[in-house]
Amino acid sequence: MFSLNDNKLAHEIVSNIKKKKINLKFMHVCGTHQDTLVKHGLDFFLKDCGIEIGQGPGCPVCVTTPKEIEEMIFLAKNGKIVTTFGDMIRVPGEKKSLQNLKTEGYDIRTVYGIEDAVLIAKSNPDKEIVFMAVGFETTAPTTASAILKNPPENFSILCCHRTIPFALKTIIDMGELKIDGLIEPGHVSTIIGIEPYEFISREYNIPQVIAGFEPIDILMGVWMLIIQIEQNSPFVQNEYSRAVKRDGNIKAQKVMNKVFEVCDVKWRGFPIIPKSGLVLKNDFDQYDSRKKFEDDIIDLQNYKFKEPKGCRCGELLRGLISPRECPLFGVKCFPDNPIGPCMVSIEGSCNIEFKYLKNK
Amino acid sequence: MIYNQKIVCLAIPGKIIKIDDKDDSATVDYGDGTKRMINISLVDVKIGDYVLVHAGFAIEKLDEVEAQKTLDLFREMLSDLEGK
Repeated sequence: MFSLNDNKLAHEIVSNIKKKKINLKFMHVCGTHQDTLVKHGLDFFLKDCGIEIGQGPGCPVCVTTPKEIEEMIFLAKNGKIVTTFGDMIRVPGEKKSLQNLKTEGYDIRTVYGIEDAVLIAKSNPDKEIVFMAVGFETTAPTTASAILKNPPENFSILCCHRTIPFALKTIIDMGELKIDGLIEPGHVSTIIGIEPYEFISREYNIPQVIAGFEPIDILMGVWMLIIQIEQNSPFVQNEYSRAVKRDGNIKAQKVMNKVFEVCDVKWRGFPIIPKSGLVLKNDFDQYDSRKKFEDDIIDLQNYKFKEPKGCRCGELLRGLISPRECPLFGVKCFPDNPIGPCMVSIEGSCNIEFKYLKNK
Repeated sequence: MIYNQKIVCLAIPGKIIKIDDKDDSATVDYGDGTKRMINISLVDVKIGDYVLVHAGFAIEKLDEVEAQKTLDLFREMLSDLEGK
């Protein structure tokens, strides 16, 4: 349907950027953007043009905290059927991953989406089924929609949903790195629209472009940021208008608002980020694993979790280093035997860098 | 192609070929021979529409006219540049 693989156009954009003789640092927050950048070598092309683009905390699996993983491990050990997306089960907890537990005989299942987890609950009425609900605004409406359909009593969710805009604010406020422009995640934006990002351009004078996932989309996004910087008129520009409407997907937002309320939550590599998480509203307590099985996970509440030894995923998620700057990358940490989550998830920048190593 | 369980944020375009209003479900064709039942409770769609599918749900309708506009815009911006 959409042909955006125009090689000539891509080269024209790159050569025009090169003529500008600039030195800028942009950040995006999406594993799929990172995949496009590295797969097509755009990161190299753009670096050559004076533009560095790094992936910030844009990988839901990567920003999930060790505590949340340990909660799932505790619930599995207490006899629940634990379900989640495939990448999540391979992320190492303090001692083990859910995958390790599975090999020990605990009932851990990967699902394509929450509806599959509800089906497992329906066909196992004598068991408790917990779905680890991970993901940004793209995924949260799917969780909310399933909850509104009154799943069976033996189903509940461990809510780990997080939201993007205030994480961006935090990373800017932390002031650890210079950000000249932000490329906003296309699929998060299909849900939330443009407005939730606008305060960033207004308060911090940072240009933003919502971009799609084809190489041309990203190059065009970069181009739009450059023009905004030249004109000193930062705003939220929508390059991905074929999928993102100004107000987002209002139907999905309504479903989300019925089920969730906003909360403060810790992200891996970050302190607690205000207004960046979602919890189930009290009306849905029966589906909240943390309330339903409070006694099973009570020991974790005040426990201080440690990151894996030598792992620099935290700095990577804050945009301070690139995968190859981590001494473990490709030495001790591999996709088959990962130490940190950024090497596990197909949206993690280490996993992506490793996957396309042969291209470089 | 496998639309596997690993993908948290990726959304894949597909064409709606059948709708079952009773349980908010529809069948999408991904254009490579793969068809799948999806949930359409988050969107308003009809047969023939293209949607982005994420974790078993259509999350938004794709707009063909906007896609063309984007391409036209790109070309226009570049021809402006070349004209300078």
